Amino acid sequence: MKIESETLTMDIEEIIQDENLVYKKTSCMTDNILSFCPGCGHGVIHRLTMEVIDEMGIQSETIGIASVGCSVLAYDFMDIDMTQSAHGRAPAVATGIKRCWPDKYVFTYQGDGDLAAIGTAETIHACNRGENITIIFVNNGIYGMTGGQMAPTTLEGMKSSTTPYGRDIGLMGNPIKISELVSQLPGTYYVTRQAVHSPSHVRKAKKAMRKAFESQKEKKGLSLIEFVSNCNSGWKMTPVQANKWLEENMLPFYPLGDLKVDGKIIT
Amino acid sequence: MKGNEAIAEAAIRAGADAYFGYPITPQSEIMEYLALQEPHKRTGMVLLQAESEIAAINMVYGAASTGKKAMTSSSSPGISLKQEGISYLAGSELPCLIVNVVRGGPGLGTIQPSQADYFQATKGGGHGDYHLIVLAPSSVQEMSDFVKLGFELAFKYRNPAMILSDGMIGQMMEKVEFFEPVPRLTEFDQSWVTTGKTPDRERNIVTSLDLDPLGMERHNQALNEKYNKMKEKEVRYEMIDCDDAEYLYVAYGSSARICQKAIKLAREEGIKAGLLRPITLFPYPTKILAELANQVKGILSVELSSGQMVEDVRLAVNGKIPVEHFGRTGGIIHSPDEVLEALKTILIKK
Repeated sequence: MKIESETLTMDIEEIIQDENLVYKKTSCMTDNILSFCPGCGHGVIHRLTMEVIDEMGIQSETIGIASVGCSVLAYDFMDIDMTQSAHGRAPAVATGIKRCWPDKYVFTYQGDGDLAAIGTAETIHACNRGENITIIFVNNGIYGMTGGQMAPTTLEGMKSSTTPYGRDIGLMGNPIKISELVSQLPGTYYVTRQAVHSPSHVRKAKKAMRKAFESQKEKKGLSLIEFVSNCNSGWKMTPVQANKWLEENMLPFYPLGDLKVDGKIIT
Repeated sequence: MKGNEAIAEAAIRAGADAYFGYPITPQSEIMEYLALQEPHKRTGMVLLQAESEIAAINMVYGAASTGKKAMTSSSSPGISLKQEGISYLAGSELPCLIVNVVRGGPGLGTIQPSQADYFQATKGGGHGDYHLIVLAPSSVQEMSDFVKLGFELAFKYRNPAMILSDGMIGQMMEKVEFFEPVPRLTEFDQSWVTTGKTPDRERNIVTSLDLDPLGMERHNQALNEKYNKMKEKEVRYEMIDCDDAEYLYVAYGSSARICQKAIKLAREEGIKAGLLRPITLFPYPTKILAELANQVKGILSVELSSGQMVEDVRLAVNGKIPVEHFGRTGGIIHSPDEVLEALKTILIKK
């Protein structure tokens, strides 16, 4: 295969030479093909997590907790020791590990249904105790794995398979803002909301991810990174439409940025 | 010392790495005793009061997934809440110790002693095909001894073990002789623990999930082989006055103590009664019961329930001789006189 442009003519063999590579697979990712739908944010968030672990050189000291939902198979893609927890219980599982191994790096990887509905108690109390762990929270406003049902974070009026006419706040209650909630708890050290639908967002998210793991290294307390992400399959959109919809609808309700830094609430 | 306190002291001495619990009567002394002892100072053991029984069992799941000796305790309604986690522990083949100081149910029931959680403890309890190793102490001494034994069996088979006690044994005071302290683990089996992937090995994954039906069936078969091995090697029981017995009580835990007294009363009246006390409720002493069925005229299963273990006795005896049940419920404890009377009216029918 030849790749041609006005300034460059290279074949594939030359391109993959080490000196020509500007980007390659993170060593902490396995060679398994990601099972996520094309356009889904999970792949990018998986990669960011593994990049940070790779760059910090902490693979041999890191234990990840996979949860239930699309994130259930995280252990197929992350080349680290992983424990797969029951639905919503990841922060409790992480607590059990971290209390026994205070010098290891422990993170959970959870979706909105897992973390903000069935696992609310575990989330709130792990945050309140200030467990020295990192919670990676992927909020796409829907239950992806089970086929697009309403999530605790589904926006008002948003359609899902269990709200086919749109979420009626009077009937189903309001979408929950977990990051705002946990930033109020004294045990959280760093709470931030990020996105990965554009390269500039990915770069900012990477910095946030690094900061979370660095905080854990310094034993500062709990870090929670919320990723406002997409679910083009569940939202019944193309990847491009989904990212546009995310910008126009999700981000106004779930504004990006830091909510708590170094234990101080950002006002 | 109280039975509950003996459990707690034995946990520290057995080299437990962590206890995660949530208060519930009649077993709260376990966590209270541990808190007073400050086990982090004695052995480095972790003690944490969780936000719920569900969180506590999942903390156990986390600690156990890293090869640590972890335990929790609760009483009936709390054990029901833990069932999801227990199923995951069994499915993921994680060793741990769960103590159930049983109280009367169903629902919120009562805080008084009961043995009505027999089905839940021995038949799985949560979803899926699995068994726990179930130990039934009938003295405060055994509350202590079975903590050590429970951890040993749990690690031998990589399977959760349960101590099925009740409010009577938990609250009762007796003398205990504690075993010599066992040091906490310092080495972990790198073939399965998730303590961080080192360059010399592949990553370890602790999970109970297998989306491939053939893979899941193989997993179920492997679990079943493990349970069969337990049935072969780990059956424990005690026989009291069985040699010349014509009638047999089968009872475990607190009921076994009462039956022991009833045997004496029976023999004073010329009734040759004996007692088989199952110590492991899973694996169940099926073989010895089948043998005893060739000797005795009838069996009375005595439990603080409406009749749960009696089903396992009937399965073991397989119709050879009459097997009947007697038991008080709701937190009422049968007296030796009642138990003797039951033998006469229900079984001997004189």
